[in-house]
Amino acid sequence: MARITAGIATSHIPAVGAAIDNGKTADPYWAPVFAGYDFARAFEREEKPDVVILVYNDHASAFDMTFIPTFAIGCAEEFAPADEGWGPRPVPVVKGHPDLAWHIAQSLILDEFDMTIINAMDVDHGLTVPMSLMFGQPEAWPVRVVPLAVNVVTYPPPSGNRCWQLGEAIARAVESFEEDLNVQIWGTGGMSHQLQGPRAGLINKPWDTAFLDALTADPEMLRHKPHIDYLREAGSEGIELVMWLIMRGALGPSVRELHRFYHVPASNTAVGHIVLRPAPEQATSP
Amino acid sequence: MTTPRDIHAYLAEFEDIPGTRVYTAKRARKGYHLNQFAMSLMKPENRARFKADEAAYLDEWKLTPAQRAAVLARDYNAMLDEGGNIYFMAKLFSTDGQSFLQAVGTMTGMSTEDYQAMMVAGGRSPDGVRSRREQAALAAVADAASEITNTPVPDGAADEERR
Repeated sequence: MARITAGIATSHIPAVGAAIDNGKTADPYWAPVFAGYDFARAFEREEKPDVVILVYNDHASAFDMTFIPTFAIGCAEEFAPADEGWGPRPVPVVKGHPDLAWHIAQSLILDEFDMTIINAMDVDHGLTVPMSLMFGQPEAWPVRVVPLAVNVVTYPPPSGNRCWQLGEAIARAVESFEEDLNVQIWGTGGMSHQLQGPRAGLINKPWDTAFLDALTADPEMLRHKPHIDYLREAGSEGIELVMWLIMRGALGPSVRELHRFYHVPASNTAVGHIVLRPAPEQATSP
Repeated sequence: MTTPRDIHAYLAEFEDIPGTRVYTAKRARKGYHLNQFAMSLMKPENRARFKADEAAYLDEWKLTPAQRAAVLARDYNAMLDEGGNIYFMAKLFSTDGQSFLQAVGTMTGMSTEDYQAMMVAGGRSPDGVRSRREQAALAAVADAASEITNTPVPDGAADEERR
């Protein structure tokens, strides 16, 4: 039986991908950023996940204004890195897991989540930068990936609560997949950043820290946080953090924090990263 | 169960955030052709044609005069005013060889160097830029305070105080 064994969240800043691709990870500006991922790289070598359900948002790469799916699941055999205007990133093609992806898609629809199914899609920095952060620069990625794209560009994006519920439904779907698979779920994007207008450059470390704390201490509060709070406090692009709640919802009621990293800045953005393990259900008293 | 929400109230709140244009349906509709033009720059052959003759390339798109002028001037605030979205506009500044850091900084009125220095120093604080209402209230208090301090104290009142 397939099972979700860990949840990882990370920012997916394009400049981080460019730093890796251009061999700048040891530069003084970038070195502290990449040091924050040493734990996760070792963790992944140890854990050897078979599949990652990678929650991310497309940044006007695969989806333009012609189609705007709120929740889309990638069911293809493979996904090529997108050309976002400067040529595709020189990273391996992402191999999908169509059997698991279709199983999840069908299960979610029965579970009343009306998914958009994608059979051909390029994946942009939102998906490939987290892959590079966790796995470096291999010839081929060591995991298969089920891309789960969330609209956080055109308003309204899904609510935090809806994201949480989708995570719970994904966990149910994974548990009912017959093959024995070690599955991780990643939530990406964030943390505080604003990429537009006179308020660009906004960073809110206290708010980000409270968000990271609440993932273990008070997820119920995060579930019900309205969009306006993200926008005011974490900047217009801070709304990406609702995607972390899909990851968190999939891990069950309680989790253990294995690692956390926070750094300002990478480009315009606060880098946030956390590794979580689902905690065993508390034994209920007879 | 999800909480019922009033779409009008939901959207109205976004207008209270200073220096921010939330990409609502209204903006998305206004900027449809502008954003789709930018998407076309994901293809290398289109980037080459655009670079060779920007005006001719823009003629192929149903842009308003304001959108067209904003693109030619690389005025990103104006592009956002005309319904552009930053992730779509990213195709334009990437075509120009600019990074997010460089292009985004142009919208703040700061020089590239000053903007980058601000980010390295921890970024822009949210204090004072959370809410237009809050800004207006604080400004009103400041106005009232300056009126009090600048108002000459009438003789009689001063006499009162001395007693």
